[in-house]
Amino acid sequence: MELHELSIREAHDLLAKKQLSSVELTTASLEHIHKTEPHIRAFVTVSDDLALTQARQADERIREGTNLTPLTGIPFAVKDCISTKAVRTTCSSRILENYVPPYNATVIDRLADAGAVLLGKHNMDEFGMGSSCENSAFFNTHNPWDLERVPGGSSGGSAAAVAASMGAFALGEDTGGSIRMPAGFCNVTGLKTTYGRVSRYGLIALVSSFDSIGPMARDAYDCAAVLQAIAGQDLHDATSLPGPVPDYLQNLGRPVKGLRIGVPKEYFQSGMEPGVESSIQTAIHKFEELGMQIREVSLPHTQYGLPVYYLVLFAEASANLARFDGTRFGLSVAEGAENVIDLYLQTRRAGFGPEVKRRIMLGAYVLSAGYYDAYYLKAQKVRTLLRQDFEAAFEQCDALVAPTCPTTAFKLGEKTDDPLTMYLSDIYVVATNPAGVPSLCLPCGFSNAMPVGMQLIGKHLSEDVLLQIGHAYQSVTDWHKMRPEVLK
Amino acid sequence: MTPPEPAKTDFTIDADMVKHVAFLVRLGLQEDEAQAFSHQFTAIIDYFHLLNEVDTQNVIPACETSNTRSVMRPDEVQPGMPRQDFMKNVPHQDGAFVQVPLVFGEE
Repeated sequence: MELHELSIREAHDLLAKKQLSSVELTTASLEHIHKTEPHIRAFVTVSDDLALTQARQADERIREGTNLTPLTGIPFAVKDCISTKAVRTTCSSRILENYVPPYNATVIDRLADAGAVLLGKHNMDEFGMGSSCENSAFFNTHNPWDLERVPGGSSGGSAAAVAASMGAFALGEDTGGSIRMPAGFCNVTGLKTTYGRVSRYGLIALVSSFDSIGPMARDAYDCAAVLQAIAGQDLHDATSLPGPVPDYLQNLGRPVKGLRIGVPKEYFQSGMEPGVESSIQTAIHKFEELGMQIREVSLPHTQYGLPVYYLVLFAEASANLARFDGTRFGLSVAEGAENVIDLYLQTRRAGFGPEVKRRIMLGAYVLSAGYYDAYYLKAQKVRTLLRQDFEAAFEQCDALVAPTCPTTAFKLGEKTDDPLTMYLSDIYVVATNPAGVPSLCLPCGFSNAMPVGMQLIGKHLSEDVLLQIGHAYQSVTDWHKMRPEVLK
Repeated sequence: MTPPEPAKTDFTIDADMVKHVAFLVRLGLQEDEAQAFSHQFTAIIDYFHLLNEVDTQNVIPACETSNTRSVMRPDEVQPGMPRQDFMKNVPHQDGAFVQVPLVFGEE
């Protein structure tokens, strides 16, 4: 195994025993990134100098032997919607192409405190709007398992990078599947956290009531190590949750025997690729072999999850993206502007891509007088019912299991002409975000040589249980250890 | 789960409506863009009429996600971001103020 392929756990063991330095590990990762990047295109920015500086600081910390954490000296990168002081943060949008934030997101400060080493920023669908990473204003990211296929979205760069061993882990952001869907497409373990478990301060907002930052990594163990470092209340984010953070790594070893796994029948009715369905069924048998109890449950409003998700998204995104107006930061197209309205019109026309424009306009439409009750308010009422579905299900089980996507990764260009068809690829992952519940994506097989992902969904703040089940599953399966051939 | 096909209706969002909304959200649109968006918006919003099947007569709309109440913190003076740090990103400025084209009236 080469250095850049090490998991967090493996690298930490070597670093702690002083058999490896963070500078060696970081240098190997950067070299691998520069070699691989022309094929994958996962990074908007690679921050070589900052990474090596942080690696030297980590080595100093390791030499002193004080304040070591599981992430000290470990290289990672983040989705480019997470603010990094002095490293440009673009959201893969022309409107922020040259924006350098004057402050760090809380998650970046917390990872820096833990001693982790930032390698750079990952490509994404512009402002998180998309399911394939093809809405990046800069370039497409390629799936390391088949370069002609999409990595999924919107955290597509992050999933592709972790799958291709370009960094030991990533932070993604999930508004309606944006961690889990690409994790499933690229054979990565990814955790959408409970809304409020991780501070959103410094995250460039898409949907303020859905957005959740979470880890993407080689396995559930590594996700637990990252979550440990970033979870917990932050006074800069009033929606971050108070209360203690469990010891996620300690809890991984708890027995799973007797845990109850619910299979929501609405997710298994039809429309799934046969290889996806058989992989999920095999995983369910594995849960049974591990001593868990399997039971069918119902989430009766499942089919309404997609319209609820998109209607609320349009409305909130439309409001959130009003701040990009060419006056205070970002692109500004002022030439020939006779008044401030011209400045807004010119800047936003030039700065936003078609999907972003589409969603801003649809948001204004569903919020406008005469339509508000019919669309936005209706969606918020059905959102209450979606949430009640989950609450009722979790009275009968500890976690739900479902696919992350009806198919494996599709070809680049296959769905770009029809936005509605693209939206429908999110059908299994969107319902969790309006409810705020956590969900862990685990690699669980292959269909036509492409990875299949399943998701475990839990009640609020049950990340410890999801990671515990994920860890038990990964202790008896090898799917998460498979690496794409294309790079060998 | 196959996405349900809602009954086809005569619902449309025409290009004039698209242009009107585009101006409200300060997006400059070309005529051909407005036509393309019109077809897409019609298909998308029409699909979302699926929600009309759900009886929501006595349902309270969701208004928050995390069950938190108003969060308070001690009212203590803390250092803010230095002006020169955030002014670095301002595209048109005189060093102390953000400059924009005319807001009211004529020059």
